[in-house]
Amino acid sequence: MKVRSSLVLGAVWLLAAAVTIAQEQPSPTPQTAPPPVPTPFPEPAPPLAPAPPTSPSQTSNYFNPSVSVIGNFLGVAGHNPIENLKAASLRESEVALQAIVDPYARADFFLAFSEEGVEVEEGFATFTSLPWKLLAKGGRMRVSFGKINTLHLHVLPWPDSPLPIVNLLGGEEGWKGTGLSVARLIPLPGDTFSELTLQAFDGNSEGLFEAPNRGDLSYNAHYRIFKDLSESVNLDFGGSLGYGPNDTSTKQDVQWTDLEGADLTLRWKPLQTGTYRSAILRAEFIRSHRREPVESQTAYGWFVSGEYQLAKRWWVGARVEASDRAVNAVLRDTGQAVTLTFWPSEFSQLRTELRRRRYAEGVAATEALFQLQFAIGAHGAHPF
Amino acid sequence: MKKLFLVFLLFALARPAHAKVHVVTSLQDFASIAETIGGDRVDTFALAKGYQDPHFVDAKPSFILKLSNADLLIVAGLELEIGYLPPLIDQSRNDKIHPGSVGYLDASIGCDILQRPTTQVTRAMGDVHPYGNPHYWTDPANGRVIARAIAAKLSQLDSPGKETYERNLASFEARLTEKENEWTAKMAPYSGTKIVTFHDSWPNFAKHFKLAIAGHVEPKPGIPPTPSHTLEIINLIKAEKIPLIIVEPYFDRKTPQAIAAQTGATVLPFYPSVGGTPQIKDYFALFDYDIDAFVNAMKGKK
Repeated sequence: MKVRSSLVLGAVWLLAAAVTIAQEQPSPTPQTAPPPVPTPFPEPAPPLAPAPPTSPSQTSNYFNPSVSVIGNFLGVAGHNPIENLKAASLRESEVALQAIVDPYARADFFLAFSEEGVEVEEGFATFTSLPWKLLAKGGRMRVSFGKINTLHLHVLPWPDSPLPIVNLLGGEEGWKGTGLSVARLIPLPGDTFSELTLQAFDGNSEGLFEAPNRGDLSYNAHYRIFKDLSESVNLDFGGSLGYGPNDTSTKQDVQWTDLEGADLTLRWKPLQTGTYRSAILRAEFIRSHRREPVESQTAYGWFVSGEYQLAKRWWVGARVEASDRAVNAVLRDTGQAVTLTFWPSEFSQLRTELRRRRYAEGVAATEALFQLQFAIGAHGAHPF
Repeated sequence: MKKLFLVFLLFALARPAHAKVHVVTSLQDFASIAETIGGDRVDTFALAKGYQDPHFVDAKPSFILKLSNADLLIVAGLELEIGYLPPLIDQSRNDKIHPGSVGYLDASIGCDILQRPTTQVTRAMGDVHPYGNPHYWTDPANGRVIARAIAAKLSQLDSPGKETYERNLASFEARLTEKENEWTAKMAPYSGTKIVTFHDSWPNFAKHFKLAIAGHVEPKPGIPPTPSHTLEIINLIKAEKIPLIIVEPYFDRKTPQAIAAQTGATVLPFYPSVGGTPQIKDYFALFDYDIDAFVNAMKGKK
């Protein structure tokens, strides 16, 4: 059943891609293109400073992808026997390679270099010319489960991941999958954006899913609604359902974990930015139901977070969080954090977080996290 | 088969005589020109409002809806929209408006673009635009080029409306010529006047109306004022007897006002785009408003 559904998804995706490409081919019917009509308008004047002729070696660079690197340095002070982060680390250097593949697709690679090694954080092709308002992606990607899980480390509003991500989505890195994603735009009345995303991935995702058989895949469905409440206020709401085999599975007896999530983001940002004030309120809830041979575990996690822009380059924030642990739902961790962020420019960021976490083991840890992020090169804008 | 044909025929007949051309623009200035050229054959939507900093626009999903139905996307180009438009285009599911497609118009093509770097640029220079200064629509001569490009593009997309577009373009150009003479006459007494601007948004305006930009309140593009640079600007204004500090509506006026208090210069809010203030309803009103404000601010100044 699972194999069949993934095959169906793949077939639909391939069919859609084929239809699009076929639509682009010259039509064999007599429906000919209109003859070229000479424009009656004067030709635009050439630029005053035309670029000098380029040599073949230079023109070949035109098709090179945009390259960027974002460094992420983290310093930690305080004592934490449970999450024992290093005193100082270049935690991640994200190398992005992004370009248009052809008239039908673009490709984005995000390689995460850490002190432990290199990982393909994401590497996918996006098919942007599909019919029926579809957008398809194939490759490795952050799964569209909730809001925070989709974000790269450098765009998180904190230097760390909140507890529900750590405890219920496989760890600090969250849920990443290798497979296919299809999203359909479903416009609602009143200029309301809504989008349904269906995803199927290989059944292995570090810390979250472990497939004993090739056909045991993981799945995700996400529905998002976005509405401008006014020119300066907008509301973003999402619901997610995930499903995959957990590490208690055997080849003969596959045990599944169900994930359910809801996310809410409320933004206020006056367009007249002379005042440089804005605010974001985020909340996310995750439920994990992990079937196990002996006893199933049902764990809940949530966080609520707010950020307020004080000045053009200054932000303050606060977060409260709590989460059971997926493998043993009796164990619950809680935490509170406040942040202060300064942006010297669009390309660098300094952030301090004071964090207190109380772990289920009865240990409380108070830490200060210092983050320095810096970007070089042309990094593509991220979706909102 | 006959029934199918009849249903198809009914559907075809039920469609309006001509559907409007849906035009989405990054700036309200282009929307204004497209409305003037397109008349009732087009509807327009601008992603960035005239009072908004066009460098920092959120890529809101509601814009995806607008782009998914667009027949034509008009952009300033020169990477002005690099921070928000590419992901919106990718998610629009509308291949007509992708760069290079028939429904994509880069309004900078053919315009007089200033400050094209001739040496290597780095971000040590601030938020520089490597393809030249993207605030080119503040020169009415560029407005004429943009209007011609929009008319040509609309004629290509909606050939039955070609005559309308040609006629509207002709009247736009005639009015622009008349207005340019009026604006030039108003600004003539101030030819060569030195000014300080907050951001480097005005080289095209200054070139057209023969003003000399002596400095900027920002030490580098996109970098907020620093005490040492502010002192340099104060000394510059005093030494050169600069009468005006021009500030776009989306920047904090605290530092310009502090400079003005120490130098006697006047802080003049200057609007770079249509819609910057409710009185600026179209591209002509943009220059009417700014030039009148400039002339009024210069009264009593040497």
